[in-house]
Amino acid sequence: MNTIPFTIRETKEGLLAKKFSAVELVDEYLSRIEKNKDLNAFLTISDEVAYKKAKELESNLEDLPLLGTVVAHKDLFLTEGVRTTAASKVLESYVPAYSSTVVERMEKAGAIMIGKTNCDAWAHGASGENSDFSPTKNPWNKKHVPGGSSSGSAASVAAGLSLVATGTDTGGSIREPANFCGVVGFKPTYGAVSRYGVIAMSSSLDSIGSFGHTVEDVETIFNVVKGPDGFDSTVTNGQSLITNRKFRIGIPKEYFIDGLDREVEKSVLTASQVFKDNGIELVDISLPNTKYAIDVYYIVQPAEVSSNLGRYDGIRYGNGRDLFGAEAKRRIMLGTYVLSAGYYDAYYLKAQKVRSLLIQDFDNVFEKVDAIIAPVSPTPAFKLEEKAADPLQMYLADIFTVSANLVGIPGLAVPSGFNSENLPLGFQLMAPRFCESTLFELGKLYQKSVSYVPKLP
Amino acid sequence: MENKSKYTPVIGLEVHIELSTITKLFCSCSSDHFAKRPNTQVCPVCMGLPGALPCTNYDAVVSTIKFGLAMGSRINLFSKFDRKHYFYPDLPKSYQISQYDLPFCVGGSLNNKKITRVHLEEDTGKLVHETIDGVKCSLIDFNRSSVPLMEMVTEPDFHDTESVVAFLKEVQLIARYLGISNADMEKGSMRLEANISLANSEERIANRLPNYKVELKNINSFRFLDKAIKAEILRQEELLLKGEVISQETRGYDEIKQTTYLQRVKEEANDYRYFPEPDLPPIRFTQDQVENIRSQIPELPSQKREKIEKVYGLSKDFADILVSDQKRAKYFEEALRQAQGKPMVTAKMVADLMINKKLDKEFPEPAGLIRRILEISNVKYSSNEEVDNAVKSVIMTNEKAVNDYKAGNGNVIGFLMGMVQKELNGKGNAQTVREKLLKKLQE
Repeated sequence: MNTIPFTIRETKEGLLAKKFSAVELVDEYLSRIEKNKDLNAFLTISDEVAYKKAKELESNLEDLPLLGTVVAHKDLFLTEGVRTTAASKVLESYVPAYSSTVVERMEKAGAIMIGKTNCDAWAHGASGENSDFSPTKNPWNKKHVPGGSSSGSAASVAAGLSLVATGTDTGGSIREPANFCGVVGFKPTYGAVSRYGVIAMSSSLDSIGSFGHTVEDVETIFNVVKGPDGFDSTVTNGQSLITNRKFRIGIPKEYFIDGLDREVEKSVLTASQVFKDNGIELVDISLPNTKYAIDVYYIVQPAEVSSNLGRYDGIRYGNGRDLFGAEAKRRIMLGTYVLSAGYYDAYYLKAQKVRSLLIQDFDNVFEKVDAIIAPVSPTPAFKLEEKAADPLQMYLADIFTVSANLVGIPGLAVPSGFNSENLPLGFQLMAPRFCESTLFELGKLYQKSVSYVPKLP
Repeated sequence: MENKSKYTPVIGLEVHIELSTITKLFCSCSSDHFAKRPNTQVCPVCMGLPGALPCTNYDAVVSTIKFGLAMGSRINLFSKFDRKHYFYPDLPKSYQISQYDLPFCVGGSLNNKKITRVHLEEDTGKLVHETIDGVKCSLIDFNRSSVPLMEMVTEPDFHDTESVVAFLKEVQLIARYLGISNADMEKGSMRLEANISLANSEERIANRLPNYKVELKNINSFRFLDKAIKAEILRQEELLLKGEVISQETRGYDEIKQTTYLQRVKEEANDYRYFPEPDLPPIRFTQDQVENIRSQIPELPSQKREKIEKVYGLSKDFADILVSDQKRAKYFEEALRQAQGKPMVTAKMVADLMINKKLDKEFPEPAGLIRRILEISNVKYSSNEEVDNAVKSVIMTNEKAVNDYKAGNGNVIGFLMGMVQKELNGKGNAQTVREKLLKKLQE
């Protein structure tokens, strides 16, 4: 096979027209994975599962929504019979007895699972360097991080090791690595996609999303995986309330601050101009409580982490809790502290109150605009080990992404070119709860306007 | 004891009742776990596997609210679940989903004892300690994990063991009447913890609580309840009389030695790090929904006792005995219903034959009991001629039933017999009526 398509639609059409076979697709992706081993994007290759599924699809070629879509799942997604580690030594040998809702729904829709991707252990991190199985490298420059925590998923799509990938976004863990790796990353509304069978990080913030080369592809995946499954009580069939087709996009001044890389800033403003050229009104807006978002996030999130990680007590999953890494230990301690009697009101309760203020900020703004455009991260992909020694610096990489999680709104990271060092640039769009369609429409408009053509490094 | 103690017991109760819902509180596994093969009624949710999420079984919530309403509690229209954290091998998530500051039911009273709250939580798994191939080991059975467990907490309003026993028997009865649990202490579906301390005269006069309390656990039957609490009161009294300070601790009851024993000293309050369960949205009720639940509450034991005394004119003892067994109470009322129109059958007669002669055991159906009463009350049966006339008239006036019978529906015979008895004011001998009716129908 010479070239594999970059989109779900072309892959499907190629298969239906018998231009290539599903087995050939799997052959090609597996050989690419083998050639790109040094990226360390995968923790487990599920070649047997992939060939089995490919043959099954070929034996009865049907027009399924994800027909032949080769997917890599972040190793937080449980996959029945296929090892799932959360990139932690604690679960090094854990083979789940059931699959997550998203994995099942994608499989049923014709997707082929090729393997499980590396990430920061338990999804704690913004660079992929917290993996207990060595960091993933950025396919565009192997001296740089791919972003995190869904590091392997972003790198896999960017390097063409899978057509699409799943990820989890708790404070930016899809949008930031998508931005660093030059692919599309989508975080849905909290409560749009079931979390069932995805190892929990922070239950009130975790969103289940995906990576692809095009906005259309993450939209296709979303349409397959969204909606109630009877297992996640927080999932609803949310309705968007879009009344007009004449969009207005807000530019929040709090996201253009000191320390924002000049090239990043310029690329976001250039993208805004693309929307303006399409007749979309740009509006200056303010989200005044943005400065508290990181503080709130680093109280609520560790609190829930400390609770969710308690079950890995050394009794049932093979390895003991001495194998928790430094970052997990740090968050367990932080979270235990803020939930302790006498501190709960001062930290957790107060953080939840400020979280309500942040929600109000966005509610106010969304009365004036349909979407918000902003940088994803203050800088392009930084160098490996540049921030690893300083957890606080690492936490600040999330500064533009955590708000969407605290508020529960959807976000879409879109690539917009490269900087002078040939590192990917991009921007993110945010919309009101359950207004994913606004994001997809704007994202597709952008990719069409700039005649976006995906490419491999 | 001859001389009155200088101390007054102060006792508060925590009562756990396992609800007999079809499925568990947060998953669809069966909640009927008693004596089932270990770990055969489990799933990712109740095993606390990675990625599993809880989904509330609203039947359990309704049961809890029913119980609260029966206790006269106020129902919180806005309520939620919280995570209660502690490490124990039978707790697979390292937290128990319980309720902290917004329980479903608040306040209420029973037998003049104030109820603090009633909340809902999930039960834990069970540790089984065994020796396998000569090695001592602890095994975990998760069949019980996540079975709905309702917890009622009372104020420290009890001052003697008798009122504790009476209270708990009434609680058990109410749970059974409501159909929410069999509340069987021996099977562990009703469990008791009693917080016991002794107030000295100064504290008693000032209406002040003693500055310590001992938690008494592991009481597995009503038989030992009274003895266990008395044993603990005696132990504390002896210590106080010696001028000793009683420490804050948890004690169990040894049924053989008939004494309580130390389980755990409480050095400091546990920090359970409660916070709202993020996996479950808060639960809201409207007053209408609460009233709808209230309307589903059947006649409660206290109401039934009152009815038996006032309406049927029976003694309090008879009422107590009949009501203490819901099946018997039902039997009694059904017998009276069937005895309508038979003036020779009185409520007192039915109760007497049930309680003193145990005839309800002999006749599983109340109709049998009624027949026996008619026999022993030496009733003069209707004459053959009277029966013949009644049969003839019933067959004439119930054409449809007769046709049904002739079409092969044998069930209508009961109906026709009832009609004949009605004509005879219940004085027909059942055997005679049946024979004559069948004969006539063959014609």
